[in-house]
Amino acid sequence: MEKVGTIRRNLWVAALLLLITASLFLFFNMGNNWAFALRLRGVKVAAILIVSCCVAYSSVAFQTITNNRILTPSIMGFESVYLLLQTIIVYIYGDTTFKVLGSINNFMLSVASMIGFAFLIYLLIYRKGKNNLYLLLLVGIILGTLFNSLSSFMQLLIDPNDYFIVQGKMFASFNRINRDLLWPSTIVMSLILIAGFRMTRTLDVLALGREQAINLGVNYNRMIQLFLVIIAIMVSVSTALVGPITFLGLLVTNLTYELFKTHRHSVIITACCLVTAVTLLGGQFVMERLFNLSIPVSAIINLAGGVYFIYLLLRVKKL
Amino acid sequence: MFEVTLAYTFVVDKTLYHSLQGPVISFLPAFTFINKGGPLRFFVLTVIMLLTATLSLFVGVADISMADIIGRDMDKLALITISRIPRTAALILAGVGMSVSGVIMQQMTQNKFVAPTTAGTLEAAKMGLLIFLIFIPTAGTAVKMLLAFLFTFMASLLFLAIVRKIRFRNVVFVPLVGLMFGGIIGSVTTLIAVRMNIVQDSNAWMMGDFSGILQGRYELIYLSLPAIAVTYLYANKFTVIGMGEEFSRNLGLNYRTIMNIGLFCVSLTVSAVVITAGAIPFLGLIVPNVVSLLFGDNLKRTLPYVALSGAIFLLLCDIVGRVVIYPYEIPIGVSVSIIGAVIFLVMLLWKK
Repeated sequence: MEKVGTIRRNLWVAALLLLITASLFLFFNMGNNWAFALRLRGVKVAAILIVSCCVAYSSVAFQTITNNRILTPSIMGFESVYLLLQTIIVYIYGDTTFKVLGSINNFMLSVASMIGFAFLIYLLIYRKGKNNLYLLLLVGIILGTLFNSLSSFMQLLIDPNDYFIVQGKMFASFNRINRDLLWPSTIVMSLILIAGFRMTRTLDVLALGREQAINLGVNYNRMIQLFLVIIAIMVSVSTALVGPITFLGLLVTNLTYELFKTHRHSVIITACCLVTAVTLLGGQFVMERLFNLSIPVSAIINLAGGVYFIYLLLRVKKL
Repeated sequence: MFEVTLAYTFVVDKTLYHSLQGPVISFLPAFTFINKGGPLRFFVLTVIMLLTATLSLFVGVADISMADIIGRDMDKLALITISRIPRTAALILAGVGMSVSGVIMQQMTQNKFVAPTTAGTLEAAKMGLLIFLIFIPTAGTAVKMLLAFLFTFMASLLFLAIVRKIRFRNVVFVPLVGLMFGGIIGSVTTLIAVRMNIVQDSNAWMMGDFSGILQGRYELIYLSLPAIAVTYLYANKFTVIGMGEEFSRNLGLNYRTIMNIGLFCVSLTVSAVVITAGAIPFLGLIVPNVVSLLFGDNLKRTLPYVALSGAIFLLLCDIVGRVVIYPYEIPIGVSVSIIGAVIFLVMLLWKK
């Protein structure tokens, strides 16, 4: 545990970094029509901030309740549900997809099916009072594998031209965010984030482990379920908004724990939001301006997060 | 020597029984039979396997009956030797190979949930295959096999290194990590595929599918036969090295050598199957678990059951896939996924 001063200083540094990357992203090489550029980039920055907060909060909370640092909520199969839904839509409507189903309807449908999926697993597990969290994850993953096979089967049948619509959905992208979606999702997410931040103290207690938490008067099962619901909503909204970034949560939470050596969730989650936003903005800036968008930024993040994951597993003496 | 074998078999069986903390354990007492009628059981399974194999020979778009074979209808005989027999043979070998690989991996990690699907093995084989297809597509089958094998072998080594660090955690934790590990390998493969603009094609190549199996195009899968034979000879040793390095040293086993032999067998089998037929998920996970529920955990005794049941399961899934939307086919990757996922979920959730 480091001194409060160091942590506060690190937080300020992270906030400053965020400011720098954000302004770099907004104002770098604006060209003549700066009003247009600002509007376009402003939407992206706003979306990145929302997604960052969602990913940061859900990943940290998830790691705390599962009591480890190498899992992310996206492994529960949310992304497979999303991808299967998108594949089915393109499979049915082909190139008329965009005409039939506007991005708002698609967003609503995606969120609804992911949250529905999460509740289905929760019901399956908690119906008989089973509280094995790992079992929950395994069931999620198995269903996810099943959905993945189904989507890759349907993807075989899709016309190669239409397939590019699906392929576009396979990678998170901040370039196709609908501005109409931004406001409602910002409001929803802010409400949930506020609720979530009010519960960070509960997370501190839950981090002590099941027995201690119960001893300290926390209704353990109830709280775990509550956090699972919050996590499901956050992951669903951020996935539906920009697409899947599987290993982002893994990368940023571990970076945050390296940089901020504290266990207070209010600090860690705030810091993690900042770190995530800096990572995404920086990554997006580099990919967009330096590599001309030739590789999706989420693919790079997945790669970096994945390599970091293996490094973590091999470096740590015992997990 | 004999006493030693007896001693460790006893220790292993006993410890194994206690170390199965998975949800599966609660089934065991209800289903484990006393070791009687082993030969009979083997005989019954063999008969079922032969029956499904025969059925598999006669299912298909072209209508072939016994009479055609006896009556020496040349066209139909040609169809049988060129397409039907290779397909059935490949199905049997893939079923045996994948489920036996599952058993080895489960023994070596002492974890019921580890299998090619949950350890990144399939993803690694896919990656090797994709790299071959992109960079040296003209180099020939031997190179293709070698590349897929090398990738699979390295991924298995890495996975075992990881497992050794987390083995004392919750049983379900290991496959979770393995699945994430597979996800990472998969994301690298996807990245390459995106750069080459072949995401859809690579998906098609990797989908487990036996419809393209023809004489002259599937023989690579016979490479899994020696691996399976070695597995049978080394069965107990794999269980011992699953107990840890020191434990196996104490019993006079060379830990590294045995481990490498096991990984070699798994990698050879998995890469041969992926190259011939594509990825077949869940098989190595479900068949060994169901067999262990029904017949117990004495590997030397149950390994033949695992092999036979794997073949039966795969043959049945293939028949289902061929019949459901007749005259078209559902690739086996899909039918195995659906049936396998359902069985696995029932196994996980339907406990007392």
